[in-house]
Amino acid sequence: MNDQPTATERFIQGILPENPTYRQLLGLCPTLAVTNGLKQALTMAGAVTVVLFCANIIVSLIRNLLKPHLRIVVFTLTIATFVTMVDRFLAAYMYQMSKALGPYIPLIIVNCIIICRCEVCASKQGLIASGADAIGQGIGFGLGLSSIAVVRELLGTGALAGVAVLPAAWPQWVIMVLPPGAFLTFGLLLGLINWIQQRRSVEG
Amino acid sequence: MESSSSPSAGGFKNSNLAQAWLVLLLALCFGSALAAVQVQLSDTIAANKLNETLAQVPALIWGKAPPPQNVQITPGTLNVKKDGQASSYTLYRVAQDNKTAGWVVKADGQGYGDKLELLIGTDADVKKITGLFVLEQKETPGLGNRISEPQWRNQFVGKSTAKPLEVVKDKSQGPATIDAITGATISSRSVTNIVNATIGNLRGRLDASGGQFTERSQP
Repeated sequence: MNDQPTATERFIQGILPENPTYRQLLGLCPTLAVTNGLKQALTMAGAVTVVLFCANIIVSLIRNLLKPHLRIVVFTLTIATFVTMVDRFLAAYMYQMSKALGPYIPLIIVNCIIICRCEVCASKQGLIASGADAIGQGIGFGLGLSSIAVVRELLGTGALAGVAVLPAAWPQWVIMVLPPGAFLTFGLLLGLINWIQQRRSVEG
Repeated sequence: MESSSSPSAGGFKNSNLAQAWLVLLLALCFGSALAAVQVQLSDTIAANKLNETLAQVPALIWGKAPPPQNVQITPGTLNVKKDGQASSYTLYRVAQDNKTAGWVVKADGQGYGDKLELLIGTDADVKKITGLFVLEQKETPGLGNRISEPQWRNQFVGKSTAKPLEVVKDKSQGPATIDAITGATISSRSVTNIVNATIGNLRGRLDASGGQFTERSQP
């Protein structure tokens, strides 16, 4: 247990060094599907963070009782419960957003980020490390989603979070808010980040 | 949310039930927690849906003008049997000072992407369309989803219901034509077809005194 990263390390790792979107390439379904607007992206990141935090805490609490061959069942059960709760909360208190996100909130159940963090961190480490890990990964996921959403919404509609930013003369690149725009944006940003990383490691 | 287990012979310790006790216990706890959440929130969620519909109703009858005082909205149903096919519409009677001002009907049908759900407003005798609102759509963003935009929807306002509306692409603004959205002819046609079918079913069955409208106590 001593070779596990500390809570602070877990927290920092999640944000950039092990960013779920750009470094681990996990949770790509919402990354591509709900990044056509900044508001949707932030709500999705918030929902994933809440579910990840709750699932990490529960799994960490029961980690000594887990049987190896039944652990995935327990993870899935825990995640599905919290996702359903988040889905109901959104439908009750953020009705328009719940409609905009449609099936992608229930699909958080099969989001690999959460099951990966349960397996890698929460089933091996204590409460504080697991909680810090969840928040770090959640922030990292939020950064990943919003970076794509900013590019897509700005170029596709000339607005940010629904507020017009670019002048009305901007020819709205509709393709950016359509599915191909997600692939283009994500691919280019991923390439850019890899390029920066490479240059850094050469200089270093 | 349940796990099956079959305690077979061979000692309790090795039975599936004994191994899965944690899963069973968690399923029970999580199940109760979910039930509690559902009990707490289901009314709010249902109210959200209803409010969204009711909030649109006055604008579907009176358009942009501010709705008059003393508006009553009565939910109800209309059962239509046509060509051997029975269908039931959710309907709102909109009255002002107990005089029917118009009807708002919920209609659905297949769009280009997924099911479309519309609210159609008509005058008291279903002679004229007074409004159209898109409640639910999953059409292509940037193209088909423009059916929700007021500029397009407002084409329906004031159209006579005497003959079915027709979708055209040449921007000719005839009395019974709807201009298709460029690049989204199928979405435009789907909406127009739903409107035509619904209006066809309502015509002659509703009038200012109610017609075949059945009130419902629960919305």
